[in-house]
Amino acid sequence: MIAESMYQELILEHYKRPQGRGLREPYDAEVHHVNPTCGDEVTLRVKLADGGKVQDVSYDGQGCSISQAAASVLHDLATGSTVEESLAVVDEFTRLMQGRGQVEADEDVLGDAVAFAGVAKFPARVKCALLAWMAYKDAVLRSQEAM
Amino acid sequence: MTSTDVQPTAGTGGLDVERIRKDFPILARELPGGRPLVYLDSANSSQKPVQVIDTMREHLMSHYGNVGRALHALGSESTEAYESARDKIAAFVGAPSREEVIFTKNASEAINLVAYAFGNPTNTDERFRLGPGDEIVISEMEHHSNIVPWQLLAQRTGATLRWFPVTDEGRLDITGLDELVNERTRIVSIVHQSNVLGTVNSVSPILARAREVGALMMLDASQSVPHQAVDVRELGVDFLAFTGHKMVGPSGIGVLWGRRELLDAMPPFLGGGEMIEAVWMDRSTYAPVPHKFEAGTPPIVEAIGLGAAVDYLTSVGMDQVKRHERALTAYALDALAEIPGLRIIGPRGVVARGGTVSFVLDGIHPHDVGQILDDVYGIAVRVGHHCARPLHLRFGIPATTRTSFYLYNTTDEIDALVRGLHHVQKVFG
Ligand SMILES: Cc1ncc(COP(=O)(O)O)c(C=O)c1O
Repeated sequence: MIAESMYQELILEHYKRPQGRGLREPYDAEVHHVNPTCGDEVTLRVKLADGGKVQDVSYDGQGCSISQAAASVLHDLATGSTVEESLAVVDEFTRLMQGRGQVEADEDVLGDAVAFAGVAKFPARVKCALLAWMAYKDAVLRSQEAM
Repeated sequence: MTSTDVQPTAGTGGLDVERIRKDFPILARELPGGRPLVYLDSANSSQKPVQVIDTMREHLMSHYGNVGRALHALGSESTEAYESARDKIAAFVGAPSREEVIFTKNASEAINLVAYAFGNPTNTDERFRLGPGDEIVISEMEHHSNIVPWQLLAQRTGATLRWFPVTDEGRLDITGLDELVNERTRIVSIVHQSNVLGTVNSVSPILARAREVGALMMLDASQSVPHQAVDVRELGVDFLAFTGHKMVGPSGIGVLWGRRELLDAMPPFLGGGEMIEAVWMDRSTYAPVPHKFEAGTPPIVEAIGLGAAVDYLTSVGMDQVKRHERALTAYALDALAEIPGLRIIGPRGVVARGGTVSFVLDGIHPHDVGQILDDVYGIAVRVGHHCARPLHLRFGIPATTRTSFYLYNTTDEIDALVRGLHHVQKVFG
């Protein structure tokens, strides 16, 4: 039962009760990312605040449980943290996802996102987990440019 | 359930499924973790019987040589086997002559080969004239293989690509036939049986209109030739494409059947060895069909394997295959209709439909469905857009879960699918 271990309780929780879902105003940048192989898509907005803080990450999209839960976990982790901290989490999450299941996750950095460790063993699903996170990185860069 | 104690279940059309399953050794294998395999993905690619595997192995072990050009004993044995595969395939689809059967790599190549003949400056035949103002007609339910080659042709020539829409029920909407297929239409190419909806299209009204306006007509028979008796003379179309790996044959081999007088008029598609008559430094003349279209060393053993595949299907009987699949489809449509939140994309009844059933589950993405089915139950289905993205756009969905049946499937396997889907709903509910 390999995939059952991919569908961690925490992932299913986020999938069933997504946190911070829905597009909100105000925002500094909006991006739209798609995964052409499976049609998953996400629209994501970032609002930055003074002091390098992330004020809000709002999103909407469609896709599998992995891509939707990953967006929800991202919202929880990034909102209220600093841009710098959140980008460090994105980098660690990316390293974990691209590690083919061989990479030891740094739970201190990743927090809840560590639940996605099992996804790294399914190359076809890695892009699902990364979709919202890559969109977030993109949106943060654009927000900073806009500022 | 283990795959060895699957019973030929009542109501599957009298085929001895237990005996047939013994011919497909892979169906008895176990997946990691001791899961039995439930293979419901034959529309993607079918499994192969020992008769095909042994024929290919035997050829490689004892007879293999290049075809057409080697004069020695092995060369003639290989040529003999390769050409006799052509005879078998010609007979299988009722081709008036064996020279009308062209071996290609797959159905995609067969369709590209035909598209290449249109609007081609080296082809002066009136029937293949195509340019700005002329029209190509396909449908919204095509596989990308029967869309992209025509898009490329339209881009090359300035011709216009048009298509039949699809009804909510998943049928070809031919209400606008007379306008859509008109004096500007040069070629109509549609799928015989949809690889997503299961719909079997009625050819005759479209063909009649194509004839009226002087257009040629091609059928993508990739999903029909494996599952029902197909006779090109009865169909009356000009071209038919199908692919070996979906009809218990190997991958790497496909077939284009075309009317002799059209094939004769068409330019070669690929140039190379064996497709020529004589070559000078500045020009060549070409071999007669079928060799004109078979440049280079062909997939020899694959063609021979496809010959064994049609022998196998013939020995079972295509009408039996069809009856069995129809019974499985009726059983599956009933069983799936009972699952709450499941919506079938395609006809709900068995009339003019084959054993391919696609569906969506409320609130659950097909990737999640497919992953759990495979991982917990060993059930192989296909998830995604099945190379028919425009069709999915038409239904406003990014993807479906598709189950597809063949002569070796059983109602027990459909029961396993239904149990699996209930479990999927529990996990994500
Ligand atoms: C309807 C249809 N047309 C064309 C194809 C293409 O077949 P191949 O990939 O063997 O060329 C397929 C199979 O994928 C199909 O289902």
